[in-house]
Amino acid sequence: MLYRETGQFKTSYAADAAVFPILQDRIGIALILAFAFLAVPLTFSDFWISAVLIPILVFSLAAIGLNLLTGYAGQISLGTGAFMGVGAYACYKLTTIFPEANIIVLMIVSGLAAAALGTLFGLPSLRIKGFYLAVATLAAQFFLSWCFVRVPWLYNYNVSGAIEVPTRTILGIPVTGPNAAPMTRYLLVLAIVVGLTWFASNLVRGRIGRMWMAVRDMDIAAELIGIRLFPTKLIAFAVSSFYCGVAGAMMVFLWFGAAEADSFNIDLSFRVLFMVIIGGLGSLIGSFFGAALIWGLPIVLRALPDVFGVSIRAATVEHLQFMIVGALIIFFLAVEPAGLARLWQIGKQKLRVWPFPY
Amino acid sequence: MDLLYKIFLDPFLQMGTAPDLLVQTLWEGLVAGVLYALIALGYVLIYKASGVFNFAQGIMVVFAALTLVGLHELGIPAFAALILALGVMLALAVAVERVMLRPLVNQPEIILFMATFGLTSFLIGFGEFVFGGEPKVMITDELYLPGGAINFQVLGGLVSLQKIDIAAAVIASLMVAGLAAFFQSTRIGRALRAVADSHKAALSVGISLEQIWIVVWFAAGLVALATGVMWGARSNVSFALEIVALKALPVLVLGGFTSVPGAIVGGVIIGVSEKLGEFYWGPLFGGGIESWLAYVIALVFLLFRPQGLFGEKIIERV
Repeated sequence: MLYRETGQFKTSYAADAAVFPILQDRIGIALILAFAFLAVPLTFSDFWISAVLIPILVFSLAAIGLNLLTGYAGQISLGTGAFMGVGAYACYKLTTIFPEANIIVLMIVSGLAAAALGTLFGLPSLRIKGFYLAVATLAAQFFLSWCFVRVPWLYNYNVSGAIEVPTRTILGIPVTGPNAAPMTRYLLVLAIVVGLTWFASNLVRGRIGRMWMAVRDMDIAAELIGIRLFPTKLIAFAVSSFYCGVAGAMMVFLWFGAAEADSFNIDLSFRVLFMVIIGGLGSLIGSFFGAALIWGLPIVLRALPDVFGVSIRAATVEHLQFMIVGALIIFFLAVEPAGLARLWQIGKQKLRVWPFPY
Repeated sequence: MDLLYKIFLDPFLQMGTAPDLLVQTLWEGLVAGVLYALIALGYVLIYKASGVFNFAQGIMVVFAALTLVGLHELGIPAFAALILALGVMLALAVAVERVMLRPLVNQPEIILFMATFGLTSFLIGFGEFVFGGEPKVMITDELYLPGGAINFQVLGGLVSLQKIDIAAAVIASLMVAGLAAFFQSTRIGRALRAVADSHKAALSVGISLEQIWIVVWFAAGLVALATGVMWGARSNVSFALEIVALKALPVLVLGGFTSVPGAIVGGVIIGVSEKLGEFYWGPLFGGGIESWLAYVIALVFLLFRPQGLFGEKIIERV
């Protein structure tokens, strides 16, 4: 009754092609953004912001990156963690080389560095596909992880082998490093994620996104209708790695504060992949759902025993968490292969016809 | 020039001057290769029969080995524990078929592949929950597996072969021979190959998919148990094995996803080239290249032969 497009006429192509063609969607997104930008910094505690919201946003961006590649363009990648690492290390090197430069610009540039490497490792995708490609991306994962340990130049010859985030300011306010307030970091992460999500949503609705989806659905057929596979796949790798790179840079600079090579190991790749699967392949909003679920689940599981007054050892909680995540993945695939995003869509459809069943 | 010399000439000079070291390295590569091949074999079995790329094979190896050692720690004699562990793997196969494969019949391969990720995560949690995260020592003596080493005089040097490695190679060959015979000449083996060719056609001649899947997953569990015992005898039984199992992926790519001999040959090629690369070229790059060399070899190989050494030619239709 409330959520219905009846009576909303479009009189121009621009209105028809809008990101949110329905008025209620526009109001909804405005409310969410207002909440995220205004209400959250005012009301949420520092713990919530730095331990829950920032990680979810960072992982959402990484999941969007992988979703563009796997969900939209149909190329499986197990190298997400490594490309996030490339972004992080590139950003670290850039802050050392250009100490005066704006940190946001540096993060974007480090995303480009990740994109370049992603394109390089995407080259085999023309010859190989499916599982074979997944193995090829594992080559990227292990090779790059090795580089993070064995190339001392990347971490400025630190004895510890870790990268420490220096303090950088925007308009005199510290945004990175130990002095940055969680709220400042949160707002910066949020702004970047919102901007890049908006860009991605336009990308997937446009020419490039349609080419990706055609390649995903059947590459030979796509080739026959005149889509050049090679550039299409390479663009997918480049854009995906760009997103992952920016997410990696944000992860270290705005969340961790310091990182070592082990932060970007294969577990990170799998974790982002889980987020994408559970959230829904080929859905941007699903990436947020997936990130929120996979990151939020352990926090809830850790909190639950206290709520019920039962004490469970931390190790047990972690084991249970692995089991529950695994079971959830199988459950979601069996019940709804399209993931949480599909449930969201079903919900919206129900809302649209409410209070009638059809 | 110096670099070129170090890459193209120096390693071969080293090989020439110290042939015993070369033989030792080759042998170590061969053994590592056999073990990779064993893991790869588990993947191939399931892929051949159900078209599922079972990512969980690595964790199944760990899980099988942990079950064996864990049962023995409870005071059950070694061989009874072995049989019980087999029973656990059978139960796992039945459960996987019931809970995972049956609801996902007719889904695209990629969905099944991702479901095995879920299985991996579940088994990691379950394994640690039941057996704890600490590494365990494999019960080699109780299973009458040989320990110690044999030393050979080769070309003026000393080469030492671990007995357990020889046992691993023997068991691997026996298992491959057994599986080949099973596939070729038994009734279930024929049904298996029929299922691999086409699910629908197999169903229409009265082959039970459920039964076949249980058989296949159990066979993979059996291979996993054997692999777990062998790996466990070389190092400890721990969850780190799971990462080693990822090494089987380049083996698989090299040999082809559908070929049993491919898994063996691929395993040996990867194992040998990895060890040679690490030993002779590794120092040039600062060492540790073992972690990615196998993948890069597979990658380069794929560019020339996308279906692997022995894989069936990939024919695609619109």
